[in-house]
Amino acid sequence: MKSIGLITVIVCGALLIYYAMDFPNFGDGTSPANTYLSPHFLENTMVDAHVPNSVTTILADYRGYDTMYETTVVLTAGLACFFLLRRRESTSPPARFYRHVPTGLTLRIEEGGKLPAENSKVFTRIDSMWAPDSLIIKNTCRLVIAFVQLFALYVVAHGHYSPGGGFQGGVLMGSSIILFSISNDLRRTLKRFKEKTAAVLGAVGVLIYSGTGFVCLLMGEHFLNYGALSSILGTDKVMARSHGIFSVEIGVAFAVMSVMIWIYYNLSSAGKHDEGL
Amino acid sequence: MEQIVTAIGAKYNYIVYVILMMIGLYAMIVKSNLVKKIIGMNIFQTSIILFYVSTAYKTGKTIPIVPYQGHDAVHAADYINPLPHVLMLTAIVVSVATLGVALSLAMKIYRQYGTLEEDDINENLRSEEGK
Amino acid sequence: MVQHLPALLVVVPLLTALSVSALSWLAPRLCLPLTFGCLGFSLASSVGILMEVIASGPVVYTMGGWSSPIGIVYVIDYLSAPILVVVTAVALINLVASSKQIDRDFSDKKGTFYTLYILFVTGMVGIVATGDAFNLYVLLEIAALTGYSLIGLGQPRAPLSSLNYLFIGTIGASFYLLGVGYLYIATGSLNMADLARFIAMPEHSSSTMVMFAFIICMTGLFTKMGLFPLHGWLPNAYSHASPASSALLAPLTTKVMIYAMIRVCLYVFTPAYVFGTLQISNAIVWIAVAAIVVGSLLALTQKSLFKMLTYIVIAEVGYMVGGFFLGNRMGITGSALHIINDAAMTLCLFLAAGAITYRTKSDSFSDLKGIFKRMPFTMTAFTIGALAVIGIPPTCGFFSKWYLIIGGINAGHYGFAAALIFSSLVNAVLFFRIFEIAYFQSPGDSKDHHHHGHHRHKDKMVEAPLSMLIPLMITALSLIVLGIYTGDIVTHVIQAAIPGVIS
Repeated sequence: MKSIGLITVIVCGALLIYYAMDFPNFGDGTSPANTYLSPHFLENTMVDAHVPNSVTTILADYRGYDTMYETTVVLTAGLACFFLLRRRESTSPPARFYRHVPTGLTLRIEEGGKLPAENSKVFTRIDSMWAPDSLIIKNTCRLVIAFVQLFALYVVAHGHYSPGGGFQGGVLMGSSIILFSISNDLRRTLKRFKEKTAAVLGAVGVLIYSGTGFVCLLMGEHFLNYGALSSILGTDKVMARSHGIFSVEIGVAFAVMSVMIWIYYNLSSAGKHDEGL
Repeated sequence: MEQIVTAIGAKYNYIVYVILMMIGLYAMIVKSNLVKKIIGMNIFQTSIILFYVSTAYKTGKTIPIVPYQGHDAVHAADYINPLPHVLMLTAIVVSVATLGVALSLAMKIYRQYGTLEEDDINENLRSEEGK
Repeated sequence: MVQHLPALLVVVPLLTALSVSALSWLAPRLCLPLTFGCLGFSLASSVGILMEVIASGPVVYTMGGWSSPIGIVYVIDYLSAPILVVVTAVALINLVASSKQIDRDFSDKKGTFYTLYILFVTGMVGIVATGDAFNLYVLLEIAALTGYSLIGLGQPRAPLSSLNYLFIGTIGASFYLLGVGYLYIATGSLNMADLARFIAMPEHSSSTMVMFAFIICMTGLFTKMGLFPLHGWLPNAYSHASPASSALLAPLTTKVMIYAMIRVCLYVFTPAYVFGTLQISNAIVWIAVAAIVVGSLLALTQKSLFKMLTYIVIAEVGYMVGGFFLGNRMGITGSALHIINDAAMTLCLFLAAGAITYRTKSDSFSDLKGIFKRMPFTMTAFTIGALAVIGIPPTCGFFSKWYLIIGGINAGHYGFAAALIFSSLVNAVLFFRIFEIAYFQSPGDSKDHHHHGHHRHKDKMVEAPLSMLIPLMITALSLIVLGIYTGDIVTHVIQAAIPGVIS
């Protein structure tokens, strides 16, 4: 098996490299790819949508239809993880670990034993793969998470003027919640950001995107033609495009953030939402 | 010989992407651990992303964000090509989604068979069918 | 609103899928009616578009108002319109027929199942309707990801089969993406009509970049459609899934990939390039012959109903690919007609097998004894489907096979025609074997029966529930109707879909 694989790979690789010698040089500014469509995008990004970042204009305006499906792909990943992994078991809990807060002692209570009360101030539940209680990690993460979220909002809002946009900002927001979940534990995160919130918010995010396009359809223009929003927003067509791009970026950010968190919940706890990483 | 060296020097990005792609393909075909196969798949997809992005580069030019306050016409030749970057945003997202689904399936397989080695799983299945 | 039908065709399912996803957490009872309504609307709008295309020619819709090559355009012409009708009809019929099976297999995740179902249909409809090469890739991935999750739950072996399908499917889709990348570097455009214009120019049609792009694109599409020898994922993936999912995926995935192949070959790489400049169509027809022979022979060795049906699907893929690469008008007509017919035949057979499995809880041949007496209506529909696969008039299977055989003889490719006839004979053997077990043997025939009273009890009719039976009978009836109206379909729709340059 190893030799068949090696021979196949070497033959394929040699063929590909041989045929790649016909391609344009690396860094060539006059290749067909660089001279046919892209100049139009670069020259018209300020004219059509008043957005300096041409990547955002192409992403959300010229090829906005593709991006809508891209966001749907993200949502599909979340749905698939939920569909495949989630199980709600109501059997009696296996051995659980508790920490006695005043003394720092760790207790292990076997199946069938008497568990402490849910909201007991003296005993807190910890994961099976536990680590000693660390003040440094908890408090550093507490400080950092706030800044990460602020940066995420900055990245989403400045997608027009600098590299950034909905996808990048959404991932940053999602990672701030995942950081909270890693530094504390999964149950605390679930109390603050329930799975139901993540699921509904993800769908709402993509609904904002396609809803914006659908509103344009209802106003009589083609689907996702943001110029149709100018009558609702009270601006001219160019600024309406700019605002339309911003609104779909917000939708994308919601969707990506919720799906990141949802996938993390399902993957880290293998669907049981009991104990995470 | 001279020609080959100059050709490689001018087009080395294609060689790099082919090597990465073949590493990923080799991992997917030959390795028997499911997680290693998934990593190989990720390398494979990343090589294609590298290929597209490398075709967008123009030597010495800057990122495709045009000046906000300027009244001169924009010269497209001063900026790199933005279109492959946009296409690859999509490809990255698709690659992450596929990774998520693959890991969920791998988790289900682990829960069921207790192992992630393909040889052990096949032996498990063969002994089940033999019963 | 009517001129926005091409957009609504894809947008309404997408919006419904998102609403169902949100509602499955908030108001679960609304999920099934919404899904049903959405698929019904899709079917109605695709029939509407078909009428419009027949009346006034291809429909072009620009997304976002940007015309090609700057934006993404949707082109619905004579080739896509009938396939849109087929895709939405199959999805709707399967939803009704499998609702009981969904209740049994996915009782606590129904909302998510319906969401993935509609997203899969959205992906398929998008692949058929799009006119942009990169958009095809994105929609291909949506359909693929939802497919992997739909077949990941079911029988115990489902996750492993789905993971193997995922690996091979990802390689296929990535190869297609690479091919599009090569075309982009060569020409600078992503729009299908624009690429065709470029490839017709002599400096591109003789370049190795375009040839290599063709090879890689085709390899990717062949992997996703399950052409021999890249078919390894198909039997396991479709037979270990829940019957509700496999009855949706089996008729649609391979056929829409074949449509994508036809679209890319005829409308991106122009026919002059594919059949003239490149000299590989002969080789591909021989690969298709191998697919037909291997698929039919392997189907003979199977002892389980679903596995046998999946090998028949592999053989049918060989029919369509071989018919297309013959290069003459008869062959391509047969191939396009067979897409429509094969989707209907496969749906009928898989629904019948699903109904049988719903009642008997197993699908091995030894458990099918005497099932004709217990489930007469299901087995009648199964018989009609079997006759269509064998190719007996007036079912639709006969007519498309006829076109393919005539096309093979016209092109001088007697091997292909012989393979088709061989496959029909093997299919006859396969299905008559099942008829013998189902009709002539009674369940008490096994050597180790203990109670004489029991097999009298088993002979009474335990038919499938009505929600499964009525869609099944409608599908079986449509096989005959499609056969009777073949002449109309070919002259009005398919002949116009094939470019004039092909003789």
